[in-house]
Amino acid sequence: MNAGTQAGIRRRQRLRLAGRYWQLYLLILPLIVYLFIFNYMPIYGVQIAFKDFRTNLGIWGSPWVGFKHFVRFVTYRGFPKLLRNTLTLSLYSIATFPCAIIFALMLNELRAQKFKKTVQMISYAPHFISTVVICAMLKLFCSRSAGIFNNLVEMLGGVRQDMLSNPTLFPHLYVWSGVWQELGWGAIIYLAALSGVSGEMVEASLIDGANRLQVIWYINIPTILPTIVIMLIMRCGSVLSVGFEKVYLMQNALNLDASQIISTYVYEIGLQGGQFSYSAAIGLFNNVVNILILLLVNRICKSVSEIGIW
Amino acid sequence: MNKIKRTRADAAFDAVNIALLAILTLILFYPLYFVLIASVSDPYAIAQGSVKLFPVRPTLEAYQNIMKDARIWLGYRNTIVYTVLGTLLSLALTIPSAYVLSKKDLPGRAILMTFCLITMYFGGGLIPTYLIVKKVGLLNRAYTLIVLGSVSVYNIIVTRSFFQSTLPDSLFESARIDGASEMRMFFSIALPLSGSIIAVMALYYGVGRWNEFFNALIYVSNVDYQPLQLVLRSLLLQSQQAVMDAALTDDPEMLADAARLAYMAEAMKYAIIFIAAAPLLIAYPFVQKHFVRGVMIGALKG
Repeated sequence: MNAGTQAGIRRRQRLRLAGRYWQLYLLILPLIVYLFIFNYMPIYGVQIAFKDFRTNLGIWGSPWVGFKHFVRFVTYRGFPKLLRNTLTLSLYSIATFPCAIIFALMLNELRAQKFKKTVQMISYAPHFISTVVICAMLKLFCSRSAGIFNNLVEMLGGVRQDMLSNPTLFPHLYVWSGVWQELGWGAIIYLAALSGVSGEMVEASLIDGANRLQVIWYINIPTILPTIVIMLIMRCGSVLSVGFEKVYLMQNALNLDASQIISTYVYEIGLQGGQFSYSAAIGLFNNVVNILILLLVNRICKSVSEIGIW
Repeated sequence: MNKIKRTRADAAFDAVNIALLAILTLILFYPLYFVLIASVSDPYAIAQGSVKLFPVRPTLEAYQNIMKDARIWLGYRNTIVYTVLGTLLSLALTIPSAYVLSKKDLPGRAILMTFCLITMYFGGGLIPTYLIVKKVGLLNRAYTLIVLGSVSVYNIIVTRSFFQSTLPDSLFESARIDGASEMRMFFSIALPLSGSIIAVMALYYGVGRWNEFFNALIYVSNVDYQPLQLVLRSLLLQSQQAVMDAALTDDPEMLADAARLAYMAEAMKYAIIFIAAAPLLIAYPFVQKHFVRGVMIGALKG
């Protein structure tokens, strides 16, 4: 039998399979349509970043202007500050990445199951609270007159201040409230990975005289390393997409120096200011940088540890 | 591990570990607890900072004031409608698709998968999405927040992993020989066996819907359609405004009134926060094992 007919048979077999499965295509059709409308059509709409969008001409009809808007953004006076604020919040958040791992390692050492369950349950609670509520709590706690953070500071001998309006405190408040919210939830995945630690190996090392910290360092952590690396890569893929909601809700006129980030700027000049093309260009810039960082981090992790998401 | 004798160092390690975790848990818990006790304390006591571990001069005045506000109720009603219908729509889009994507010999599966995965890494961004939503007529409708944000590709992948690991091909073989259609197999075999993943997904999507703020901010300005989160934000901003207005007067009696109002407004904020967070905080301990299972399934195939 020659190669041509073999390929033909295979193609016919695939067609027959596709024919048998037509109902499956029907089942997934709604999703395809949904993603097409709400994800792919906007991607098509990204072209307005290279155009001067006018409502009456529509996305397709507006005139091309090339990289005008990108150049305008990169040369914009506030650009360095936007980038600095975005990177500060993002990298600072990533720096707290080990918190959940440490929490999981500590939980894993607990023998009293009831205590462990209680700690876990309480630690999940903040995860279920909405951003609006978190930010309202922050605002109340930071308030100069009666906020409990200020009460604490005063008790320790500090001076009361409107903490949320202080640009130098803004990144700390943003990041550590995030840690508070996601510590327990983030630990679940590592706890799951820790259940894969070989009991025999731990026992052998204890017999050989290893102490508990050594067991954690030489056995537990290496076991969950693949999980850690994967989570880290995923985390790095969103370096420039600091959550809009929380920063927007924490913003006030006084802390803008630290709280104006790329996504809030896009919202401000795009939806409130009506400069559609310019803000679409900024959004695209943001997205492309994110993807490049994701690819880069993935490449680095793969060459160092042979673990990657692709 | 029981066979190994616990040394003194071992016991010390355990003691330190337990102590640290206990302190940490208190720190995690206290902010929520404080909101609760502040919301039922005398407003003046909150302003003085004397509310610490227990409610001071307990009163439900803040709650009574809030209950009078019609917007809260409207927001609650809207959010419940959005959460229930939105979650149903999300499930209808997620479960069948994940089932289809779990069929290994489906021609074109890789293409369909890529089609979904691309949306995880690349999107149009705020403005192009806004233009499209406007174009398809979804701005400011009663169903805007039901339709938008219905699909999380990550959740689809989690569900697909579940199907791949729990529904072996052999399960469908005999049905196929008996001439059952693919549609029939999904509804009569796969669906009845996937109760647990449906529960997990319903919870994931449900929590997301309940806390939804971004889409409401961008796409819904009509007060009648605003969900709870948006109402909360305007209530919190507004009570701030009322206090500032009241403080501008000179009349001593009005000033005293303003002070009382200001304290009340502060106390009401705690009550509002509690009202907004309570439904999920009360519910999650009962269903947390489903949530945790969701994370585990997701972890199998990252």
